[in-house]
Amino acid sequence: MHKKTMEDYVPNVSKASGPGVDFSYVGIDAILEQMRRKAMKQGFELNIMVVGQSGLGKSTLMNTLFKSKVSRKSVQATAQEKIPKTIEIKSISHDIEEKGVRMKLTVIDTPGFGDQINNENCWRPIMKFINDQYEAYLQEEININRKKRIPDSRVHCCIYFIPPTGHCLRPLDVEFMRRLSKVVNIVPVIAKADTLTLEERDFFKKKIREELRANGIDVYPQKEFDEDAEDRMINEKIREMIPFAVVGSDQEYQVNGRRLLGRKTKWGTIEVENIAHCEFAYLRDLLIRTHMQNIKDITSSIHYEMYRVRRLNENNTVVAHANGMPEHHLESEEKFDSSCAASRF
Amino acid sequence: FCVTLGEGARAVPLAGHVGFDSMPDQLVNKSVNHGFCFNILCVGETGLGKSTLMDTLFNTKFEGEPTQHNQPGVTLKSNTYELQESNVRLKLTVVNTVGFGDQINKEDSYKSIVEFIDAQFEAYLQEELKIKRTLHSYHDTRIHACLYFIAPTGHSLKSLDLVTMKKLDSKVNIIPIVAKSDAISKSELAKFKIKITSELVSNGVQIYQFPTDDESVAEINSTMNSHLPFAVVGSTEEVKIGNKMVKARQYPWGTVQVENENHCDFVKLREMLIRVNMEDLREQTHTRHYELYRRCKLEEMGFKDTDPDSKPFSLQETYEAKRNEFMGELQKKEEEMRQMFVQRVKEKEAELKEAEKELHEKFDRLKKLHQDEKKKVEDKRKSLDDELNMFKQKKTAAELLQNQAQQAGGSTTLKRDKERKK
Repeated sequence: MHKKTMEDYVPNVSKASGPGVDFSYVGIDAILEQMRRKAMKQGFELNIMVVGQSGLGKSTLMNTLFKSKVSRKSVQATAQEKIPKTIEIKSISHDIEEKGVRMKLTVIDTPGFGDQINNENCWRPIMKFINDQYEAYLQEEININRKKRIPDSRVHCCIYFIPPTGHCLRPLDVEFMRRLSKVVNIVPVIAKADTLTLEERDFFKKKIREELRANGIDVYPQKEFDEDAEDRMINEKIREMIPFAVVGSDQEYQVNGRRLLGRKTKWGTIEVENIAHCEFAYLRDLLIRTHMQNIKDITSSIHYEMYRVRRLNENNTVVAHANGMPEHHLESEEKFDSSCAASRF
Repeated sequence: FCVTLGEGARAVPLAGHVGFDSMPDQLVNKSVNHGFCFNILCVGETGLGKSTLMDTLFNTKFEGEPTQHNQPGVTLKSNTYELQESNVRLKLTVVNTVGFGDQINKEDSYKSIVEFIDAQFEAYLQEELKIKRTLHSYHDTRIHACLYFIAPTGHSLKSLDLVTMKKLDSKVNIIPIVAKSDAISKSELAKFKIKITSELVSNGVQIYQFPTDDESVAEINSTMNSHLPFAVVGSTEEVKIGNKMVKARQYPWGTVQVENENHCDFVKLREMLIRVNMEDLREQTHTRHYELYRRCKLEEMGFKDTDPDSKPFSLQETYEAKRNEFMGELQKKEEEMRQMFVQRVKEKEAELKEAEKELHEKFDRLKKLHQDEKKKVEDKRKSLDDELNMFKQKKTAAELLQNQAQQAGGSTTLKRDKERKK
């Protein structure tokens, strides 16, 4: 391979002027514009799952994040409040558009999580749902006649709501995050953080980070997926701040002459988007404005691939045992060379 | 637990600025970090200026010597280059057909080209089917654009051109261009283009159409579509025109400027190929040509899609079924071979036994013969011995008689001698 640089390179100002004026400009960087056009035409998909006990403000936070009613509150203000007997998984999709960019946002709600008296295995239905989405994608991918664009229903991000106890993580939190961090990107947040003072908040966060480290839980952004030094620098800053202490609100109030989203109390108004009050803005920036593509990439190129490897090897094991092949032979058989087999037919 | 999925997606208005309009930027940034890949295949007879055109298009001097005309067959030579413009890194691969059109019998010329294209698809398919795969860092070698160089005869397409393009049109995006078009006058060129286009249409050759579905580029693309095939001139030499240095070819009767739209369509080609449709070419290759190849290949290998009556097949299950089938066949073949081997051994054994028996018989016969002979010789000897004995006896008897006679005769001879003496 040969590294060539453009002769007489002229900076890219000639977009406005027509072709034939700038003689040494080839126009390779026009591909960025082409990609952008294609992306705008196709639109984007994003699937976010919210997990947490009822009453932690999951729906409100979703509505605040996307400034629209994307999530219906599960607990209505009626006399009979129904707590689901089992965990339900509710997935609602919305088409939203901003400045020409269209996005299909799917919010996956998990009412009933952690609400029972005995919460053993409450992560199971959620894990099953996540794996089912991977399975659906895999099935479509291995079809012979497959769609031009495989519909992506894989969960890109799972926001886990930690109740603001101020002490440390509960066993349920640890168990859940430990299991799910292996299959999906987990973003832990401290819910209803307006009940914590700043000192309590810092202490709580430090405690949580310690516990996550102690239990080997790798939440987003995962250390092992940092691509280069620049990435690491940005992500380290984020890692020092997680979990974000958030407050959600879909009501606007008048503060200092401006209408802001907030929560009005007798002792003051908590401004949701004020970083001195809570870290909602950081969460929004991370999830939407800067790392959305990265979240999707990690889901598709790492979590999904891991699932695929496991799934495809699963069948090998099953058949291997049937054929009487010893297990250790399978580790060396990482690749099934189908064309090799075909050539022997 | 139960799962309820929202049916379809409702459009929901936003109450403020959320920020996901940065998504295209995030996507573009990721691609920039990753780099881009673009692979061009140049098909055309030797000497039509393929390498020069590539040099001109990308403003660099790619390596290579002009090829000789005595190649025995068509081979494909590919070279990869890393180009950079502002913050975009492009891994460009240029594949040249060496020796195309030089042979006396050109019936198989297209074959090596088709094989090459298929090999790139195959490599990608293999990577995609691997269990542990690294698709996002895979160097994509699939051909995104095929520039077909038409010789500037001014009459019509050669039959080699038609045949080759027909074979390639379902495998790659074909962009036909008239090479060395400074050899044709403007009026001839217009007629030539019309003839070419009509020949392509009447033979059902599907060339690449610049996409017209996106409003921002629909107009320019549809205009360009009507200018196909592009009549190009390539040159890396610069000539001073007015007060500027331009790429041109200098003749005694004038100078052909490469980037002058009145002189040739080079600028149009560059515009279409690189500045407007590079991404679409890549996409078409992946979603149309590659999918077609994949579908055919998988069907050929015996995979089926979901059967509406029974449960859906999984690729892995089909693999396993195929693998078992293959193992079964292997075993059967092994059995067969073993049987054959045993059979052969038996036959050989029988043969050998026969031979042995024959040898034994021969040996016996010879032995017998030998014994007979021996006996005869013995007999003869015996008789000879007998004769000898008899003879000896007779001899001794005769000698005895002779002695006696001599003694008697000796005195007689003495007597005779005495008488003589007297």
